[in-house]
Amino acid sequence: MPSSAHTALRADAPPAQAARGPGRWTQRWLMSPAVLSLLLWSVVPLLMTIWFSLIRYNLLSPDQTGFVGLDNYRFMWSDPSFFPSIFNTLVLTVSVLLISVVGGVLLAVLFDQEFPGRGVARLLVIAPFFVMPTVSALIWKNMLLHPVYGLFAAALHAVGLQPVDWLGEYPMFSIILIVSWQWLPFAFLILLTAIQSLDPEQKEAAQIDGAGPFSMFFYIVLPHLKRAIGVVVMIETIFLLSIFAEIYTTTSGGPGTATTTLSFLIYSLGLQQFDVGMASTGGILAVLLANIVSVFLVRMLANNLKGENER
Amino acid sequence: MASVTLKNISKRYGDSPEVMRDINLDIADGEFVVFVGPSGCGKSTLLRMIAGLEDISGGDLAIGDERVNDVPPSKRGIAMVFQSYALYPHMSLYDNMAFGLKLAGKSKEEIHKAVTKAAAILHIDHLLDRKPKALSGGQRQRVAIGRAITREPKVFLFDEPLSNLDAALRVKMRLEFSRLHQDLKTTMIYVTHDQVEAMTLADKIVVLSAGRIEQVGSPKTLYHHPANRFVAGFIGSPKMNFIDGVVASADNQNVVVDIKGGGRQTACVNGESLRPGDAVTLGVRPEYLQLDSEDPSIGGTVTTVEGLGDFSYLYAESPASEEPLVSRIPDTMEVANSSRVGFSIKPHHCHLFNKEGLAMPRTTPAQSRNGSPALTS
Repeated sequence: MPSSAHTALRADAPPAQAARGPGRWTQRWLMSPAVLSLLLWSVVPLLMTIWFSLIRYNLLSPDQTGFVGLDNYRFMWSDPSFFPSIFNTLVLTVSVLLISVVGGVLLAVLFDQEFPGRGVARLLVIAPFFVMPTVSALIWKNMLLHPVYGLFAAALHAVGLQPVDWLGEYPMFSIILIVSWQWLPFAFLILLTAIQSLDPEQKEAAQIDGAGPFSMFFYIVLPHLKRAIGVVVMIETIFLLSIFAEIYTTTSGGPGTATTTLSFLIYSLGLQQFDVGMASTGGILAVLLANIVSVFLVRMLANNLKGENER
Repeated sequence: MASVTLKNISKRYGDSPEVMRDINLDIADGEFVVFVGPSGCGKSTLLRMIAGLEDISGGDLAIGDERVNDVPPSKRGIAMVFQSYALYPHMSLYDNMAFGLKLAGKSKEEIHKAVTKAAAILHIDHLLDRKPKALSGGQRQRVAIGRAITREPKVFLFDEPLSNLDAALRVKMRLEFSRLHQDLKTTMIYVTHDQVEAMTLADKIVVLSAGRIEQVGSPKTLYHHPANRFVAGFIGSPKMNFIDGVVASADNQNVVVDIKGGGRQTACVNGESLRPGDAVTLGVRPEYLQLDSEDPSIGGTVTTVEGLGDFSYLYAESPASEEPLVSRIPDTMEVANSSRVGFSIKPHHCHLFNKEGLAMPRTTPAQSRNGSPALTS
């Protein structure tokens, strides 16, 4: 089996570069451009953001400045849109994850079957992923969800119902819909390739063991997809936590704070209220939130992904 | 326990012409049958049709007395061991073996009993809580067999089960298969392209080629009385020597053949259907092609000598044969490359094939020694 071959290879591989005197420095020297650029790109901005979050820094009153300690954090804590924004971020992320993973698995199972026109249909399912976020948000806002010109309104009208102002009345639901539409294809793509790597003999063995479609799905297909689902959840979480364009182009965080996520709040503090200090504070809190989420994720998925190396 | 009967089975994919047809085969209860043939001959397809993994395009398949063409695989009373073992990687060995029973709605105690029994037969009882990835190839193979045993099938199907193992393990597992068959006494159908497995395991070998059954018979029958040139060439390693010639005279006991490039050889076969002047092919196995400097019937030039320790194979170019002649010689014999040698053959060791490749029935001591006459498809 491929897995055993894999293990054998690993076992036979020589112990990682036994470092010898001069070689070691050559290695470091050769790696330094990469390490230095990484420092420049990520560590310096991070340190600057931390510094900005500790000083008074409002572009509207540039004369008032100076170190304020944790005051910005205290203000942020008492900001009425702070907790809603965290809550909204989590609601958006979790809902889109659920929809794209569940939908992606079902679509992957469907598109694993043979049927005429499968190639074209697959392409169509994947297509939304290639549409730019701003464009797709505009399409949804003006052509689908719009209470006057929208397709949904027309559909409701056609059956004699009152059109719904989706973005006004169900703003979070609408945003979730738009973002799911964009990210479902990604999940589908990863899960389809995973499902295609399932050994057909395994399915046949299960068939002989008497597995019907449902037991086949729950006992054979789903366990096989576990690792791919882990990958999808991990990658999507990273991107979903920082969703911005869709909100900016449709609701601008409103009505009220109904769709203000943490990333939108940071934008609003920094570029609408010109308070760079507070925005930096929000940025640092976003980093914290992302780390908390990723700690949970890594805990959850570590075994899953570790298994891949061991096999 | 059940017999398996195939009657006029055929297979086609879509609208394309039939890839297999007129497959007729009776497999008795408790028999160990091996399907053997070159790649692409349809042996796996045939097995998968019996398993129910491929649709049967025409004809009748019966397991026991029941026609099972339209019965789903799980209801046919079969169990299959796959080439890749097809173990469920996320389940422990116990669950792997219990899966079928669990789906069949058996009680916990019944499952436990069946699994521990199968595990004991295969000596894997100490591994039951492991996952497949923690096992070696041979152990995985045992689990796959164990999974088949727990289902208590009427017929076991094996699809090239040993081809992923190394040579030493293959020999060991081959013995286990024989032992298993003796213990369980269940009907077994085994697909392989390895004729050594076929010869050692089978009660009955089915040789297939290009979607047709070439010959069915016991290993000895196939070896000593091949029905045609294909079977003669396929069974036996190194393969039989084929020597071109023309009939000089023929009767119902002996045929005298003028060998291409000079020499004359008598073959103890029934040549009633042959006329002098017919082109024929003489067949002789390497162990019966003897070096002879006194009165050789075939000449050749040595190209290679392969020493195998207990004996050597001598390869010689000859005008009488397209491929080099192979002769088994004692390892003590030294033969220089490119030396001229002569061979002779005992008349009762000769096979004779007519222009269409059909074998002439042998009339010799060989027949009485080995009992059964040649079976033809």
